Amino acid sequence: MCTDQLDPEVIKRDFPIFKRRIYGKPLIYLDNAATTQRPRQVIEAIREFYENYNANVHRGVYRLSIEATEAYENARAKVAKFINAKDSEIVFTRNATEALNLVAYSWGLQNLKKGDRILLTEMEHHSNIVPWQLIAKHTGAEIDYIPFNEEGLLVEEEVDRLLNLGPKIVSITHASNVLGTINDVKEIVEKAHKVGAIAIVDAAQSVPHMPVDVKEIGCDFLAFSGHKALGPLGVGVLYGKRDLLKEMNPFLGGGDMISRVWLGGAEWNELPWKFEAGTSSVADVIGLGAAIDYLNSIGMDKVRAHEVKLTDYALKRLSEVPDIKIYGPRELDKRCAVISFNLPGIHPHDLASILDEEGIAVRAGHHCAQPLLNKLGVAATARASFYIYNSESDIDALVEGLYKARRIFRL
Amino acid sequence: MSSEFYRERIIDHYRNPRNYGSIEDAQIKVQESNPLCGDDVELYIKLDKDGKVEDIKFKGKGCAISTASASLMTELLKGKKLDDLLSFTKKEILDALGIETLGLNPARIKCALLPYKALKIGVYRHLGKEISEEEEHLLDYEAEA
Repeated sequence: MCTDQLDPEVIKRDFPIFKRRIYGKPLIYLDNAATTQRPRQVIEAIREFYENYNANVHRGVYRLSIEATEAYENARAKVAKFINAKDSEIVFTRNATEALNLVAYSWGLQNLKKGDRILLTEMEHHSNIVPWQLIAKHTGAEIDYIPFNEEGLLVEEEVDRLLNLGPKIVSITHASNVLGTINDVKEIVEKAHKVGAIAIVDAAQSVPHMPVDVKEIGCDFLAFSGHKALGPLGVGVLYGKRDLLKEMNPFLGGGDMISRVWLGGAEWNELPWKFEAGTSSVADVIGLGAAIDYLNSIGMDKVRAHEVKLTDYALKRLSEVPDIKIYGPRELDKRCAVISFNLPGIHPHDLASILDEEGIAVRAGHHCAQPLLNKLGVAATARASFYIYNSESDIDALVEGLYKARRIFRL
Repeated sequence: MSSEFYRERIIDHYRNPRNYGSIEDAQIKVQESNPLCGDDVELYIKLDKDGKVEDIKFKGKGCAISTASASLMTELLKGKKLDDLLSFTKKEILDALGIETLGLNPARIKCALLPYKALKIGVYRHLGKEISEEEEHLLDYEAEA
C-alpha cells in the first residue's frame, strides 16, 4: 500500500468473514475491542503449519520439529521488533489476562509483604484488578485506585498523591476498553519509577491500534492479546525487562521451562522459556506472527491515523442522535477508537439486539469493567469499537440503526 | 401471531409495566439479578388465606425483554394457587413473550427468564424447600424451555 491513507474497502477483501451475511445483510463488525477478525494471511499461516510442518517445538532433532521451532521463534522475533523489545523479553501466554496474572503471581508473590501498596486505576479491565486482589489477599498488601474525572481522564493530583504513598507496583491501562481514554503511560511510568515502584502497562487496547514502543514508555512489563490484533484466539504476550524476568520465579512449572530436573528439585530454563511451561499454542503463535506482518505491511501510523479519522467522524455522527450519552474524552489525541454510549429509554441489550437485526455487531454490557461502570452510574453501556476494515459507511449504518431503535421504542 | 404483535406487546409492557411496585406485607419477597447485563428484578407475592395469589408486583431495572417478561408474568399469575406457581413452566412465559416467533437468541432468553427464576426461587424458599438437583433445570437458562 503506497497511498497516505489506508483503504478499508481494499483491506476488507483480505477478511473472508465479510462474505458472511447476517439476516441477509452484510456484516458490520464494530466489536473490535472484544476481538478482531482475521485476514486470510493469518488463517493460511495456521493451516500451513498443520498441513506442512506440524510438530512440537524445542524437542525433536527431526526436520519437522526444527521447522516448527524456527517458525515459533521467528514469530517471537516479530513480536519483539513490533514493540521494540529483545526476543528474550517476550513471553507467550494464553492472553493478556494470563500475562498480567504471571506478573502478579511471580513478581507479586515474591516481592510483596503485608502493608505494601499496589496502585491501579478506576478504569481497569477486570483482568488488571482481580489478579491484584488475589495477590493482595495472599500477601496482605493493599490496593489504591487512581480515579478518573467527568471527561474520563485520570485525575493528575490523585496520581501524584497516591504515588506518594509509595506503592511497590503501579499497573495501569494504556487505553481504556470502555472510555476509550489513552493514558499518558510514559509519564506515569516515570513517576512510578521515581517512587521505586515497578510499572506495568495493560496494552490490550493500544498495541493493536497504534505504534507502541516499550523502550519509549519505559515500563517494566507490558501485556497484550494477539486476538485483538488480527491474530488467532489463544495467544497473549508478556513483555518484561530482562533483569526483572531473570530474578522472578516461574509462574507455571512443567516441561520446556526447565534446564535440568532431578528428584530433589529443578533448575529453570533460559529466558523467555522459563515462563513457557508445557506445549504452547504453536500454530497460533505463528498465526500471530502473520498478523504482525499484516499490520506492518500497512504501518501502525496509518492504522492509528485511520482510527482517529473514524473516531472523529463517529463522535460527530453519534452526537446528532437525540438524547445520546457518549462517555469518554472528546479530544482525539486522548482517545482510541472505542466509543461507549447509552440512549436513555433503551437498555443497551435491546439496542444491541435491534442493531444485530441490521447485521451490526456491537457490544452491550459492563465490558468486564464493573468498577468503572459503577462510577459512571450505569449497569451497562453499548460500545462500538473500530479497526482497519471499518469505514465511515459502517458508522452511518450504526447511526441509522440507532434511529431505528428510537422508532421501535417510540422515542 | 406475528412477530410485529409480540414486538409491540413487549414495547407496551416495557413502557407501561403492569403491577409495578412493591407489597409491604408480601409473604414472598425475592430479588434476582443478571450480573452480565445488570438487570435486576424484585418480586413480591401476597397470598390470601387459601394460598392463592391475592396480589403480585415487581420492580427493578432491566431491558425491554426482562421488564415485559416480569410484567406479563404478574398478569398470568394473579389469582393462581401456590401449586400453579410451582407448575408454571418456562414455556408459558416464553410463549407469552413470543420468544420463538421473535427468533431471540440464547443471550436474550436469559433476560426473558430472569423474573421466572426469581419466581421459582421465591416459591421454593417460601415452602421451605431446597431446589433439588433434578429441579435445577428450572433455573437453568440454557436448558430448553
